[in-house]
Amino acid sequence: MTLLLRCHPGIGPRVEGEALVAADDFSARYDLDRLAGTFSRPGHKLAGLSYVDRVLVLNTAKGGVASAWMLREMTERGLAPKAILFNAANTILAQGAAFAGMALCDRFEDGDITRLIATGDRVIVDPPAGLVTVKKQAATVET
Amino acid sequence: MKLNDEEKAMLAGETGEPRRWAVEHMMEVGRMFDAADFVPVAQAHMMADTESLGEAGVAFLEGLAAHPETDRRVAVPMLTDPRGVDLSHYRPLGQTEEMADLERRTIAACTALGILMTDSCVTYQTIMPPVRGEHVAYGDTGVVIYCNSVLGARSNFEGGPSALAAGLTGRTPRYGLHLDRNRRATRRFIVSERPEGLTDWGVLGGLIGRLCGSYWEVPVLEGIEGAPTSDEMKHFGAAMASFGSTPLFHIAGVTPEAPDLESVCDGPPPEPVEIGRKELEGLHGNFGASGDEVDVVVFAAPQLSHVEMARVADLLEDRHVHERTALVVCTSPTVAADCERLGIVGRIEAAGAVVLRGTCFYNQYAREIGEANGWTRLLSNSVKIVNILGGYGYRPALASMEDCVTAAVTGRVP
Repeated sequence: MTLLLRCHPGIGPRVEGEALVAADDFSARYDLDRLAGTFSRPGHKLAGLSYVDRVLVLNTAKGGVASAWMLREMTERGLAPKAILFNAANTILAQGAAFAGMALCDRFEDGDITRLIATGDRVIVDPPAGLVTVKKQAATVET
Repeated sequence: MKLNDEEKAMLAGETGEPRRWAVEHMMEVGRMFDAADFVPVAQAHMMADTESLGEAGVAFLEGLAAHPETDRRVAVPMLTDPRGVDLSHYRPLGQTEEMADLERRTIAACTALGILMTDSCVTYQTIMPPVRGEHVAYGDTGVVIYCNSVLGARSNFEGGPSALAAGLTGRTPRYGLHLDRNRRATRRFIVSERPEGLTDWGVLGGLIGRLCGSYWEVPVLEGIEGAPTSDEMKHFGAAMASFGSTPLFHIAGVTPEAPDLESVCDGPPPEPVEIGRKELEGLHGNFGASGDEVDVVVFAAPQLSHVEMARVADLLEDRHVHERTALVVCTSPTVAADCERLGIVGRIEAAGAVVLRGTCFYNQYAREIGEANGWTRLLSNSVKIVNILGGYGYRPALASMEDCVTAAVTGRVP
């Protein structure tokens, strides 16, 4: 099954990857071990999981401004997500994505993006078009 | 986005590559948030600690700094947030020469760009507070929320690259908090018990930030009679921004855009949420550690004011930090210089504490210095810092400034 999800035109290039999803928020400073490429904050719903080359799908951005520098550093070291999808981005993550050349989209027309996409789905993110294509994996399709 | 002739010239590279990059970067962000045009800014303030910059960020700054002086100098006064290394005290913390070298390269590049290295997240208390209605481009969420809310200035959260772009061009895309419509209250809280002390103000801020949960929500508070102090507002705002990415609050009858509730509401006010002792203790309880041993006590996030520094010195009078515990105090170079002149730094250091100048604990390689010193059990009066440091391998706990000092002296949380 394939879903087409429309959103506000975003930032960065068209990319494809495997989704990593949580109904939680995001800060590169607060939540990540950027040397290991994993979520390190104990209370985060993705704690212990690798974010490298995944399409992160989360609720919103939180916390400080450091993420704006960090996304580029993570990208240049090859330990970055391919894209980030939010229900609502904040300014910092948008600025950081622009600086890093990372795909980022938010404001989806069909509702809560953390419920529309499941971990393991194949996702094509097209920021200029404001379009996300989701190829649902059989195990994640709700019946 | 609509550009004027000056901005078109910048985008065409006629005023040099740094400004061409800056306009292009800001346009990409501006389009994401539907900015119609640019707005002139009076100041910029950049987070550029080396932990977040990394080699990639430092190399980027050096690239800009290599351009001719006429092309690379910032166009408006530009300040810096706390650094990653206090070059006068880094080896004892376990910071490496590699970290210090990255810091030196950053300072050299920023200086070449004409940036004033204030190294402070309390510029509104120490350098040049913006005035009501002034458009600025500030980094550090604590600086932004204080200046938006308490002073009535207008800034979005600006990450380092965007703050730098604003500094180079003297403008920023007109979106978010630069627009009247995004400064109106969307959430309403009635506070039944006024917080006492900096930590409780931080707890209230953290709770409201968590409840708001988005950059685009604007809380208005009722029930606060009389103005909180600058330091109380500082901890309140910093915690709110940390927990919720919230850039603006109003307090009815206190903050400048909210002489009363109706002034910040479009139509009927939002349904109120009541916050009392029970709700505050709920957040506080997440960071309790009574009786536990403490490895390190930290006063930071935000950097301490003159008043806080004096209070720490008073609390340490005739006492000494426990041999198994460290006490770290982070303040701005400006405050440190004054407090040295006033004898306050000397009194703190005589008690065995460390005063760091121009850094803030969480953005100075907190993971690495924790590992180097064997610090995991951390105590602070800053709600912001206990919120951050769980992800850095610490077990952070929260206590008042008085209890923090007692813990530093006895080695245990009272």
